[in-house]
Amino acid sequence: MAAAFWQTLWLTFQLAAATTVLLIFIGIPIAYLLSQSQSRWKPFLEALISMPLVLPPTVLGFYLLLAFSPERQLGAWLEHTFGLRLVFTFAGLVVGSIFYSLPFMVQPVQSGFENLPRNLAEASYTLGKSRLQTLLRVQLPNIKPPLLTGIVLAFAHTVGEFGVILMIGGNIPGQTRVASIAIYDEVEALNYGMANQYALVLVAFAFTILALVYSINRRLLRTG
Amino acid sequence: MLSSGGGPLNLDIRLDIEEGEFLAITGPSGSGKTTLLRLLTGLIPADEGFIRFDGQTWLDTRQGVNRRPQERNVGLVFQDYALFPNMTVRQNLSFALSKNQSPDIVDELMAITELVELEGAYPATLSGGQQQRVALARALVRKPRLLLLDEPLSALDASIRSKLQNYILRLHEAFQLTTLLVSHDYREIFKLASRVVALRQGQISQPDLPEAVLFSSGQDGDIRLSGEVLSIEEAGAGFAINVLIGHNVVRVPARPKDIQQVQPGDSVMVSFQAFQPELVR
Repeated sequence: MAAAFWQTLWLTFQLAAATTVLLIFIGIPIAYLLSQSQSRWKPFLEALISMPLVLPPTVLGFYLLLAFSPERQLGAWLEHTFGLRLVFTFAGLVVGSIFYSLPFMVQPVQSGFENLPRNLAEASYTLGKSRLQTLLRVQLPNIKPPLLTGIVLAFAHTVGEFGVILMIGGNIPGQTRVASIAIYDEVEALNYGMANQYALVLVAFAFTILALVYSINRRLLRTG
Repeated sequence: MLSSGGGPLNLDIRLDIEEGEFLAITGPSGSGKTTLLRLLTGLIPADEGFIRFDGQTWLDTRQGVNRRPQERNVGLVFQDYALFPNMTVRQNLSFALSKNQSPDIVDELMAITELVELEGAYPATLSGGQQQRVALARALVRKPRLLLLDEPLSALDASIRSKLQNYILRLHEAFQLTTLLVSHDYREIFKLASRVVALRQGQISQPDLPEAVLFSSGQDGDIRLSGEVLSIEEAGAGFAINVLIGHNVVRVPARPKDIQQVQPGDSVMVSFQAFQPELVR
């Protein structure tokens, strides 16, 4: 039993870590482009990215399940071209989690970019630096608090995910069975003690990580 | 059409600047001064225009030429300095180095602007005058031929201003710069610039003070003092402007059209025609 317990927690951590790392590379460029954009399509793109905040996760999970199903075009194409199956697999969970946690990464980072005085980037341009150099050496280093917030929230939110995983991942131990699913499963089987163990770990984790973010951000803001 | 603080503005300017000139640009806020500097740096596009500097075409809307700010090699000092908070004084300067450029220039500039002792300090710990010096030095690392100063001293108090004006003059000469200074302060313009133009509603107009008054050497008996407008009041058929000069308030008669161009707080010059000035001890 203990082995299964740790396996589930480890899988939960792996999912959150993989999702967060990928979101850093996906979310930051999106946040940067949105913060620079004057396009009239921007509100629609922002709405699209923020949809997981208001939709029941089962809705997202349901459509992902349909899209990734090997019987459908996208799912079949992925399986044929990359040998990648996204339903009831760990890879599928990562993809689902990226959609699900995207707003948690994009929103704080985007507002970080938007609140940064514009003339910092402009000064860098007049000093001959490209947009990429400016992004990496001037803009990102000066939005550390929102960056940290985005990264930690994306991680923590993925740990707390339930509906999307239930829809496209199911409950396969060592594959797709993460802590939130395990709690539901244990309660169904009337194993309240086991459910409580998972639940306590998640409560402790959520509190620790949030307290950490707030205290680090306070220090970062104070030291500028 | 451009937007400025006061709403949309049509900036329509033709300006020739001599190499090595120190040109001051003055005018009320919202008249397009900052916009003009931003157009010169390429930070904002122009609907129509032509900019040529030192044999290079920077902007020619007819030919579709518009060099990016990175390709114009112009030094810009922002009104609020825009120092990078995550870098020390030295790093702020070194950041500006071009590829393969020798870092000696950083040391040279830090020596001229007396920043050597502050090289490890972060901008947030510096005073306004120190930040100003860093911004000035940083703008010159790439050895631009054109230096643009956007009200660089407006946030500083008088004693530091005067010192910084000396730095600016020294750098203007040492690096053989062509310098454009946006300023409201006629004392500053008088001290630094060799020519002044005024912008009004996006167009070049006569400065409040004619250049002849500002820059001519003056004839015997023509005494000019700089001061600050305290108040404007009606006096008989015309008006009187009270100007603080040093510790004295001087009452200057004015015509209705004169007072349209000044308001309390403006810095002005008062010119006296004295028949036979005399020193009294």
